[in-house]
Amino acid sequence: MNQMAIEVSNLRKNFGKQIVLNGINLSVPAGTVFALLGPNGAGKTTLIHILSTLITPDEGKVRVGGYDVLTQQDQVKQTISLTGQFAAVDEVLSAEENLIMIGRLSGLTTAESRQRTVELLKAFDLVDAAKKKVKTYSGGMRRRLDLAISLVVSRPVIFLDEPTTGLDTISRRALWEIIKQLAKNGMTVFLTTQYLEEADQLADRIGVINGGRIVAVGSSEELKSHVGGEVIELLNADDEVIHTIPTSGSIEDISRTLNELVRSVPVGTRVNIRRPSMDDVFVAFTSNAKETMHA
Amino acid sequence: MITTNKPVKPASLAVTNLVFIGRSIRHSLRNTEALLMAIMLPVMLMLLFTYVFGGAIDSSGDYVNYVVPGIILLCAGFGSSSTAVDVSNDMTNGIIDRFRTMPIASLSVVTGHVVASLIRNLFATGVVLGVALLVGFRPTGSLVDWILAIAVITLFILTFTWLFAAIGLVAGSPSAASGYGFALLFLPYLSSAFVPTDTMPTWLRGVANHQPITPVIETIRGLLTGTPLDNSPWWAVGWCLLILAVAFIWSISSFRKKAGRR
Ligand SMILES: Nc1ncnc2c1ncn2[C@@H]1O[C@H](COP(=O)(O)OP(=O)(O)OP(=O)(O)O)[C@@H](O)[C@H]1O
Ligand SMILES: [Mg+2]
Repeated sequence: MNQMAIEVSNLRKNFGKQIVLNGINLSVPAGTVFALLGPNGAGKTTLIHILSTLITPDEGKVRVGGYDVLTQQDQVKQTISLTGQFAAVDEVLSAEENLIMIGRLSGLTTAESRQRTVELLKAFDLVDAAKKKVKTYSGGMRRRLDLAISLVVSRPVIFLDEPTTGLDTISRRALWEIIKQLAKNGMTVFLTTQYLEEADQLADRIGVINGGRIVAVGSSEELKSHVGGEVIELLNADDEVIHTIPTSGSIEDISRTLNELVRSVPVGTRVNIRRPSMDDVFVAFTSNAKETMHA
Repeated sequence: MITTNKPVKPASLAVTNLVFIGRSIRHSLRNTEALLMAIMLPVMLMLLFTYVFGGAIDSSGDYVNYVVPGIILLCAGFGSSSTAVDVSNDMTNGIIDRFRTMPIASLSVVTGHVVASLIRNLFATGVVLGVALLVGFRPTGSLVDWILAIAVITLFILTFTWLFAAIGLVAGSPSAASGYGFALLFLPYLSSAFVPTDTMPTWLRGVANHQPITPVIETIRGLLTGTPLDNSPWWAVGWCLLILAVAFIWSISSFRKKAGRR
């Protein structure tokens, strides 16, 4: 495999008249974790579907593992594994049967599939439910099975579309450990998420997608520093945040901002000054699509 | 233990098909209601036609010999119609995306349903024939006639299963697939399945004589009970092969088209 696991240049995709991806440029080095952030409907799933050969781009060059998604689909499919936004499991079969089926379809022998199934059921805490039909599973169990299925054979590049949506805190943290382990074993992980903390925790680099374009790329530190310095939060009597104001972080800027605020806010308003979070990054980049940055 | 280092080469087409056939058979066996319906409905129809309508249609008491081939086809048509729902379920559920991103021939997921339907329906046909013999069906065909009749029935089931698979592929949802499939199930009633076509009004007779079900029924009837065959076998096989080819090409093209949209 070459240096870049994923290379996208000038990618465009329309659905009818709606422009969903409007010139995406992106590269993800092999062996790193990349997180894609963006509001609902920004085109995250569409991008993952193009990268995993499910839909075809209208325009642009897209290479995964060095292979072109249009002309070398078979090679791309041997390079990737996809966990979609919605669980892709066979509801009529049990977890065990699902895993064995995918093992056989992936080219393992029946014995190898069985052995791998035992390992994965253990790793994803599904041993007790292994023989029950997936129809009877909770959302979180289904999600864990979906991920386990994606790991039956190890492909160099793994796509995870909102992998922790619907998981409780414990399962989410367990999954984070698994993703970290995948990265340690040299896999390239491309994930989308609604949880900014997740991107912060896991990703080497984070991309923000909005209005059909990647509006920012960088490490979480780079993105936070671009947003500015300390953030002033105004809290009402019930401790609810009623306003956030970004500042440059300098004492002059902060005191000037506070002086202006003191005249306009209700009496009793309290103030909190903190480091910018990923939430601020997200709001800064997605509320105003014109602002672009490439770190 | 999360990752494995085992290098794998993709599953062969034969293994892929076997795995999908096994999956569909499991699905069939677990959908006990559909399985029971596919067997019970034709049996009930047969009892209804022999004991309730039979006397009125043909008072000589020989009606059972006339109606069994029709019931067999009705049973096969009904049994294969669930393929539309099975295929549509797979196409609208996320699982098809998983199969499509694997280095396998993903159309095999449909082939799996087709083969399972064939097995299911041949079994149901056997049950229907058994019940028919119990209620007085007296076939006169030789062994060769029987083999030919079973071959024609198999071809008919295969044809209609692929047709229903195509319907499942184009339908937007499993319930739509079920609705379209239901419409097709009226065809046997507008054929020589239950009454000879010369008892129908002229305009209807024209339709009934020139639709694919009639020659298939006349062929099975001729082979099993010795009624005149004329050209029926040729028409039967011709119709089936034509519909099979159309359904197959339609399936492949709609499978590919869906690939670009989802
Ligand atoms: N098959 C399709 N046909 C028509 N429009 C589509 C199709 N798939 C997606 N879209 C549209 O494209 C846009 C992007 O959708 P996409 O699913 O990629 O968003 P997303 O970023 O994954 O959103 P979410 O965070 O809600 O999952 C949406 O406006 C959606 O309505
Ligand atoms: Mg999405």
